[in-house]
Amino acid sequence: MSNYTKRSKQELAQRVAQDIFDGAYVNLGIGQPTLVANYLPEGMEVVLHSENGILGMGAAPAAGAEDYDLINAGKQPVTLLPGGAFFHHADSFAMMRGGHLDISVLGAFQVSATGDLANWSTGEAGAIPAVGGAMDLAVGAKQTWVMMDLLTKKGESKVVQACSYPLTGIGCVKRIYSDLATLECTPAGLKLIDKVDGLEHAELERLLGLPVSI
Amino acid sequence: MINKISASIAEAMSGIQDGATVLVGGFGTAGIPNELIDGLIEQGARDLTVVNNNAGNGDTGLAALLKTGRVRKIICSFPRQADSWVFDELYRAGKIELELVPQGNLAERLRAAGAGVGAFFTPTGFGTELARHADGTPKETRHINGKDYVLEYPIHGDVALIKAEAGDRWGNLIYRKAARNFGPVMATAAKRTIATVHEIVELGQIDPEHVVTPGIFVSQIVQIERVATQAGGFKQA
Repeated sequence: MSNYTKRSKQELAQRVAQDIFDGAYVNLGIGQPTLVANYLPEGMEVVLHSENGILGMGAAPAAGAEDYDLINAGKQPVTLLPGGAFFHHADSFAMMRGGHLDISVLGAFQVSATGDLANWSTGEAGAIPAVGGAMDLAVGAKQTWVMMDLLTKKGESKVVQACSYPLTGIGCVKRIYSDLATLECTPAGLKLIDKVDGLEHAELERLLGLPVSI
Repeated sequence: MINKISASIAEAMSGIQDGATVLVGGFGTAGIPNELIDGLIEQGARDLTVVNNNAGNGDTGLAALLKTGRVRKIICSFPRQADSWVFDELYRAGKIELELVPQGNLAERLRAAGAGVGAFFTPTGFGTELARHADGTPKETRHINGKDYVLEYPIHGDVALIKAEAGDRWGNLIYRKAARNFGPVMATAAKRTIATVHEIVELGQIDPEHVVTPGIFVSQIVQIERVATQAGGFKQA
């Protein structure tokens, strides 16, 4: 049994931020990925995109200064940095679909070893379906990264041989940043980028139920 | 002389037919033309197909229109929200039809309609449940230069209802911040576009370099009072 500590949500956000480069155009998905913005190294210019028509999105406004004509994809109030721009929806999604965004960071229910993504629906009977920009974000950017816990609350691996939840995109995920390890999805399966201290390779493979090449 | 300024919302909304496809601008509550939606409720057209990114927030605006029972079908990307209870109830009761479309495909289908494009191949949605028609049959796909695509068709509106910031009597429009969202593309996709503005200006007062929607895409503009956009679409503390 290996002795290790999981990355906290903040540490995970910090880990993702480490790999974002100066000058990158980045879309941070709703939920956990939003935290990454707090850890971008100082002095680095990263342009954040919001699918509702913003480039150069800034932090949340101070209390009382909210303007609900200036919101992010999660409908929360944000600010605009000097140099930022507004544009309409068709242009905004052309930025994604056209491969102009460098990195899209998304949450996920499941990712397959070869990079299939399931993050929009659990397929639960009677649930109201909603997809938003998930499918566009998954396939459009130069690189799609997933940020998630490696295991469900029940301890099942969210990285799987084949997704059982409805797919968002096929072979679109390049990297998985998780609380236990950072993995690359390749046509041949998973490759290790890094893992938390003390986590044995064999233990990681056991938790995943999948081979991880080095 | 061209004068697209309508004296009132009621005047602007006249002639919208039963069975019309109505494109409604806005994302969440930003850019939702609430005054025009209220005007449509007042006007009374029924059996409508509504196209919007969402399916209404709270009990006002689009949610209020849905509540009248006059919307047969909604085409949107994200109906389920923390405050979409009106839609949720209608959907669960089988009283409204839903066509779920990935947001970028929704925008591009509108763009295609406005640009006279017959259909287009998009990578978004390939290999997913949304690459199927409502009856479950697969949509047409094609392998182009090593990549897989789904064929998607345009969404034409009979009328578009959008919210802009300022306009002139030729119908040139500018918008405010992220309230722009679907407005410009919906304006191109409908036979008739009605826009609210907070300010009506003289011709030439909008710098031609700054016009976002040229007047050719706009049928009527109506001036409304400025009301701050309210929060909506998420759980509030």
